[in-house]
Amino acid sequence: MDKYYDPKDLKKFGNIKEYSPELGKKFFDWYGEVFQEGALTKREKGLIALAVAHAIQCPYCIDAYTSDTLEQGCSEEELMEAVHVAGAIRGGASLVHGVQMMNKTKELLM
Amino acid sequence: MVKNPVKSLKAQKHALGETAYQIKVLNDTESIGFSMPKFREKLDEIDLFPLKPTALEILQINMGKMCNQVCNHCHVDAGPDRKEIMTRETMELCLEAIRNNNFNTVDLTGGAPEMNPNFRWFVEQIREISQDIKIIVRCNLTIIRANPKYHDLPHFYKTHNIEVVSSLPAYTESRTDAQRGNGVFKDSIKALQMLNEVGYGKEGTGLTLDLVYNPSGAFLPSGQAGLEMNFKRKLKADFDIEFNYLFAITNIPISRYLDYLIVSGNYGAYMEKLVNAYNPAAAKNVMCRNTLSIGWDGYIFDCDFNQMLDLKVACGSKHLSEFNASELVNRDIIVNQHCYGCTAGAGSSCGGEVA
Ligand code: SF4
Ligand code: SF4
Repeated sequence: MDKYYDPKDLKKFGNIKEYSPELGKKFFDWYGEVFQEGALTKREKGLIALAVAHAIQCPYCIDAYTSDTLEQGCSEEELMEAVHVAGAIRGGASLVHGVQMMNKTKELLM
Repeated sequence: MVKNPVKSLKAQKHALGETAYQIKVLNDTESIGFSMPKFREKLDEIDLFPLKPTALEILQINMGKMCNQVCNHCHVDAGPDRKEIMTRETMELCLEAIRNNNFNTVDLTGGAPEMNPNFRWFVEQIREISQDIKIIVRCNLTIIRANPKYHDLPHFYKTHNIEVVSSLPAYTESRTDAQRGNGVFKDSIKALQMLNEVGYGKEGTGLTLDLVYNPSGAFLPSGQAGLEMNFKRKLKADFDIEFNYLFAITNIPISRYLDYLIVSGNYGAYMEKLVNAYNPAAAKNVMCRNTLSIGWDGYIFDCDFNQMLDLKVACGSKHLSEFNASELVNRDIIVNQHCYGCTAGAGSSCGGEVA
């Protein structure tokens, strides 16, 4: 093993069942179910997944959900807007803690 | 990103302009990068080999390779530099085949079929034979805007009750132009508005306007119904355009699309996607089972893709001049590795999903 994150590993995702077949199966069944057309469309779920993939910075998920959303007919603009949503929430989540910092500051300062 | 070609592969004297070379590439495990099972073996597994027709229902006629566009993905390798178009004599043979058989649909394609100088005459003759037969024209939209002599095409289609099937790979300009050439999106939108103006795609008019979506890139289409919903929403909101159905079609890895896949480094991965998405239910409904495809020179093929690979039907009736319905309906359909394009996911045909 000479590198982390080999794109070819994405195709081997199913192999996680090797060490724990039952849990693996449960996960993949559930995963498959989650992405079915429901109250949200497959397309909407794909865009959410793409945004989350960026928030958690998983290169496998980014590849997978870029392909998926293109297949669902999403435009480049839609993909990028989803990434901005992820960025805004991440950035916002950091910044909103600024209030905590301010509270503490006010507590400590004269 | 791969730039749009200005010339057909044939005019470039590109190796892929040769059909035998394309078939070689499609069967070359080394360039694909994995050992791809033979399509015929997949059919064999479900007792579908040799693949047989179910009926002769649709006659798809390729009126020529001449086109005003040079799309990146074109499986016909069409363009303004292609001069092969159907003559009136060959059209007479088509009319005879329509007259003497029970086709329920005549599907006119190309190139841009409207560029054939006998296009209108041919349509009128078909209508004379039958008022009820469904006539489809695969209109690339921009032809309507290409020259004043084509501006009245929407009226012509309407007069002869023709169904219009038009390509629009995206509701955005950048994605459409990347596949079909600069300026194509704007002209296509204007053409769609002109079709809407005479009633095409509008509820209650009975004038059908369908759109064809095929991916502008190395990915497969997914979920025809969802795509249709979004196209309807966006085209209505942005351009006040209406249409009937959207057909999601998979790009078949031949001709210019094959060239695109190879040049962009996506060839192996795309073939793998097609193989992994193989769906036996789609295999049962591939369009070659109820369609015959006629070439500009009157030769007969199982489908437009086999036509572009120069794979003539495997029976004695290879040309319209020797048309024999019983021989044709009993023939073995020729399959090869490109057929995986028809059986991926929900399947793909000239009318969209099949499974
Ligand atoms: S895809 Fe259609 S419009 Fe584009 S070059 Fe080919 S025949 Fe012409
Ligand atoms: S490519 Fe042609 S012959 Fe092959 S499955 Fe599709 S329609 Fe049939």
